[in-house]
Amino acid sequence: MNDPRELMYTKDHEWIYYDGEDAYVGISDFAQQELGDLVFVNLPEVDDEVIAGESFGDVESVKAVSDVLSPVTGIVLEVNEEILEDASLINQDAFSAWFIKVGNITETEDLLTAEEYDRIIEG
Amino acid sequence: MDKKTPLYDIHVKCGGHIVPFGGFLLPVQYDTGIKKEHLAVRNECGIFDVSHMGEILVQGDKSCEFLNLVLTNDFTDLVPGHARYSPMCNENGGTIDDLIVYMKEENEYLLVVNASNTDKDFEWLCNNKIDGVSISNVSDDYALIALQGPNSEDVLKSICDDKYLPADSYSCIFDAKIKDIDVMISRTGYTGEDGFEIYMPTDKAVDMWTLLIEAGKDFGLIPCGLGARDTLRMEAGLPLYGHELTDEIGPRTAGLGFAIKFDKPDFIGKSALESEDNLKNRKVGLKVSSRGILREHCDIYKDGNIIGHTTSGTFMPYLGYSCAIAIVESDALPIGSSCEVDVRGRMIECERVKLPFYKR
Repeated sequence: MNDPRELMYTKDHEWIYYDGEDAYVGISDFAQQELGDLVFVNLPEVDDEVIAGESFGDVESVKAVSDVLSPVTGIVLEVNEEILEDASLINQDAFSAWFIKVGNITETEDLLTAEEYDRIIEG
Repeated sequence: MDKKTPLYDIHVKCGGHIVPFGGFLLPVQYDTGIKKEHLAVRNECGIFDVSHMGEILVQGDKSCEFLNLVLTNDFTDLVPGHARYSPMCNENGGTIDDLIVYMKEENEYLLVVNASNTDKDFEWLCNNKIDGVSISNVSDDYALIALQGPNSEDVLKSICDDKYLPADSYSCIFDAKIKDIDVMISRTGYTGEDGFEIYMPTDKAVDMWTLLIEAGKDFGLIPCGLGARDTLRMEAGLPLYGHELTDEIGPRTAGLGFAIKFDKPDFIGKSALESEDNLKNRKVGLKVSSRGILREHCDIYKDGNIIGHTTSGTFMPYLGYSCAIAIVESDALPIGSSCEVDVRGRMIECERVKLPFYKR
């Protein structure tokens, strides 16, 4: 899932990658650059429900805390334990460092293609 | 309208992420990032634009008497070429500011104050002025660059005659030269490392910055922003006005008893500070014992009761874990005991540890 051109995006700087019926969610490279050195993430637990457009966790830099919004409504199947241990992995490669895997997806935010997302962050 | 320091254009050109701070536009970090900037200062060295700091000149034959009246520390035995830290208190024992007094010569002192307090301090000093003293706000005349970290001395030695290097901590040389720039160099800082602060005329700041960057190339020197300045001072347990010190939080509560001299004649705030025999609250250090990042302005719980709140907190880049400085009820939290901090509704388990968190 680490080719950013193949991903879909939200206007709030999350990316989503579909793996069959399920989806991986992370934050964009632009987002990690804007946030700076990340030092901690808070993630939901497996079997928690996430709701499209609502916060499912947050990322913390030295200076600030930012919510991460879910692009979909569904149930958390997996969380990425690696970024819980070492949030700097997100700075190193935002497209490999997924946050959660979501299943039972019932609703999806309006998503952007890579080209559309690029236009937003360049604008 | 926020002011720009003389180095503003250089910060922008070097990738500084500019934010408003204390009435000035300054870089919170460069593209390098707060963690690397912090580690550069702990392991090698870094430079900071601290031109926003205020400078107030006190002159006249009653200068020492005046400083002893308005400040809590004692300046009777301060000698030219040395500096001394002091809180400045109001009548209630609350803190107006904390500052450094440099003694230039007999009857001439330079006070370096927090940027956001400069106007307030100047007004307070003028309102409490005694005969035989003149006070001037000379903040706009000076730019200030802090060179901090274990390699700082080597960097300075490469561009400056040894005789201009202040040898001792809190000593200073007023008529120093770096290359052909007239400067005042003091061995002071706000990072917990060895280092220097270099004062120069505003129009020489760009030349000095460029000179230091060039000279520092062999010594691991990088430019650092306010973010690293804050994490470095926190790791070193140093108070920041507006956090550990406020109009409400007095210097004894903030652990600055060493800078209050009750054995000198009367000073503003003395009786209020003296009456705090049994301090209600005190400054403590907290370290996360589980997971999470501590932040400022969070309630601290012990056995279900709120015993205080955090005043500063974040991830400590050198130590590799999160710490907070907090003000808690004096006897509520002995060293080694545990408490919980409510960070955005999440309870984070902490342990009280000794301050400073980091000591070189």
